[in-house]
Amino acid sequence: MLSESLFFSAVLFTIGVIGVLTRRNAIIMFMCIELMLNAVNLSFVAFAQVYGAAGQVFVFFVMTVAAAEAAVGLAIIIALFRHRQTVDLSNINILKG
Amino acid sequence: MLLQHAADAAQAAAHPLSGTAARYLWLLPLLPLLGFVLNGLLSLVPAFHAGPHDPAAAHDEHVPASHDTNASGAHGDDHHAVPRHRFAGLATLIGPGVLLASFALAIAIFLAMLGAGGGEMHAPYIQRYFSWMPVGDLQIDAAFQLDQLSMVMILIITGVGSMIHLFSIGYMRDDPGYPRFFAYLNLFVFFMLVLVLGANYPVLFVGWEGVGTCSYLLIGFWFADKANADAGKKAFIVNRIGDFGFLIGMFLLFASVGSLDFVRVAEVAPTQLVFGGAVVTAICLFFFLGCAGKSAQIPLYVWLPDAMAGPTPVSALIHAATMVTAGIYLIARSSVLFSLAPVASLTVVVIGAVTAIFAASIGLKQWDIKKVLAYSTVSQLGYMFVGVGSGAYVAGVFHLMTHAFFKALLFLGAGSVIYAMHAAYHATGNHEDAQDMRNMGGFRAFMPVTWVLMWAATLAIAGVPPFSGFFSKDEILGTLFLRAQHSTLADASWLGIPGSAVLYICYALGLAAAFMTAVYMTRMMIYTFHGPNRTGAEERKHLREAPWVMTGPLLVLGIFAVVGGWFNLPTLIPIGPVQALDHWLEPVVGAGTLRTTLGTVPEASHSTEYALIGAAVVIAIAGIALALLRLKPDSLVPKAQSPEEHGFEKVLADKYYVDELYDDVIVQPVVRGSRGLLWRGIDVGLIDGLTRLIVQSKDDDAAPGRIPMGGLAARSVGWLGSQLQSGRLGTYAWVLVVGVLFVLGAFTFR
Repeated sequence: MLSESLFFSAVLFTIGVIGVLTRRNAIIMFMCIELMLNAVNLSFVAFAQVYGAAGQVFVFFVMTVAAAEAAVGLAIIIALFRHRQTVDLSNINILKG
Repeated sequence: MLLQHAADAAQAAAHPLSGTAARYLWLLPLLPLLGFVLNGLLSLVPAFHAGPHDPAAAHDEHVPASHDTNASGAHGDDHHAVPRHRFAGLATLIGPGVLLASFALAIAIFLAMLGAGGGEMHAPYIQRYFSWMPVGDLQIDAAFQLDQLSMVMILIITGVGSMIHLFSIGYMRDDPGYPRFFAYLNLFVFFMLVLVLGANYPVLFVGWEGVGTCSYLLIGFWFADKANADAGKKAFIVNRIGDFGFLIGMFLLFASVGSLDFVRVAEVAPTQLVFGGAVVTAICLFFFLGCAGKSAQIPLYVWLPDAMAGPTPVSALIHAATMVTAGIYLIARSSVLFSLAPVASLTVVVIGAVTAIFAASIGLKQWDIKKVLAYSTVSQLGYMFVGVGSGAYVAGVFHLMTHAFFKALLFLGAGSVIYAMHAAYHATGNHEDAQDMRNMGGFRAFMPVTWVLMWAATLAIAGVPPFSGFFSKDEILGTLFLRAQHSTLADASWLGIPGSAVLYICYALGLAAAFMTAVYMTRMMIYTFHGPNRTGAEERKHLREAPWVMTGPLLVLGIFAVVGGWFNLPTLIPIGPVQALDHWLEPVVGAGTLRTTLGTVPEASHSTEYALIGAAVVIAIAGIALALLRLKPDSLVPKAQSPEEHGFEKVLADKYYVDELYDDVIVQPVVRGSRGLLWRGIDVGLIDGLTRLIVQSKDDDAAPGRIPMGGLAARSVGWLGSQLQSGRLGTYAWVLVVGVLFVLGAFTFR
């Protein structure tokens, strides 16, 4: 049961990573990050079945932080759209050195 | 004392000296230190009363008459009326006062020691104060050690030191730096006592360096004259070379024996070090390098004649009686080590003998009265090294003692003469050289007390019986002769020459040097005190004997210069207790001497001994007679009208051009190398060049025609770094993922 859960978690995480790396749309990249976080949550829960409840506690932490992050991240994306009328990150390089 | 460990207290309680005056041993150096602090505070006060008639301001208007900087001697520029320091009275009380107190305590301790068995007392009395350097195996305590050898040194330092302090009251009377002078002098005595009281090499080294510092401060006492300041620097720098040797010797000793305590080293060195082995020879040679620096032996003697730039009491105390004999003390203290290294001991004898005759020959043609005495000191120190080198540690220390008496007397006598000359020149506004013997002559009539005492000292140093120098010099030369016949030194070989041949040659050199000593000392006396006076008609009226505060100490030293030799009479001349010093020092140096003489006590036949004594006496008398017959003070003219020397006389007068040689071979190459390579090449070229490449400086904009290289490196690196900052989020994400994969891979596949 543990190995299947971990395998599934790894697949989800990889999908998230590839999504972040390949997509340009800020919303989709954001969703991919959430996917990665949830993949991690899944493995935490799976480990909690074997090693005790600490993993489940950690999942709540991750969900709390993810919620806060989502609020801030979406706010940034909305502000970005208001300025540039786009959420395509390949067009945005104002941090260039 | 509060810090003294209970265990040590228990150990000390068993010692015959515990409970006697010796328990105040720590007070001995502390008194002069207290004097230094108080006088030092006084010297911080401006010399004169401030006010509308501030004499200091008036003094500044006089440009110091920097007549002939070679004169450089006493009273640098005090031809001008300078009132006394406002606290001179207090400094007079403190400076000599603390030393007399120290001397009194030293006598009390000496009496306690006599009561505790004197020469029969075999274990030294040790006071531990605190642990100074506890580093693993290296355990160094701040501890003082009192034994027969340090007792002799303490008595010389505080006794002769007291006399010289008293003399200074008169000699330095009108100097604006009066309290500063006594502060330095007190500090010197403090460090000198630390040197001879230290119970291990590092504590000795503290004193060793301390006296060097005070020597530097006092040589350059009149530092406003550049020549004096330079002389101080020269002494300090030359001594650094020797101190380097001393340090290396200490490191080697610790590495091979595992301790630096005198007692411990004396215990284990004979078993842990191979007799005549490379290690002990190296240790002794490095120690001797230190001695050559401190005690002015070839090749490091050059600083001592220049050190005469200091006030004359300083020359008497530091550069004749005490500090320069520290090297002899060190070797006597390390007698166990030196007796294990016959080759190193032979080196000490050879250097000593060569220095003795070399310096004596220079002394033959010096005109500056203090320079004569300076070269004489170098020469006599050579004798002492011949003594301690040949395993006759007692003879070396004996000569150290008699030399302290008669040489201090000679220097102070010369000081009196210079003082009189200065007073005369001062009164008449003359700016001639007050130390040149060609400007003196006929002083017998003006300074009869000084004249008589100086003759006593001269006969002592020349080795005329029954004056002190005769006994000590005869003991050194006589023992050297015996060592050439039968000792570990005679059995060893030095640079391929058999040791006995080396020792016989050194004996001959010693006799020749004794002859020259008699000649140059008589020459000095004749030119200074006899013949017609050449000071000048007007000046002559002002020549008079020094005040009693100066002649009094001379008289005391004079008595000891005459009878000082009776402390260690040879068995042949039993007019008192014979070989008292031999018995006294036996517990300290006896083992070393016995090893040098292959375990036997050499007894010369009486005929040999009579012949040796006879030779020494004949040589001394012949030297004096030759000088009296050949030197014509009547034909001498004052310095200003004197012709140049010619031929070998000029070589002697110019001191064999050793200073010039050192300058060409060592100093100038170092200066050129520093300028050309270190300054222009490395500093300006490399370091500044690199800096200019890295950082843009304002100079680059200012200098026309220069390629604008400034900051090139900084800008290049900055451009490269900025290329990483593309601003593209995707790129950053890729870099991040690749980095994470790399780290994960590194952990997984390591």
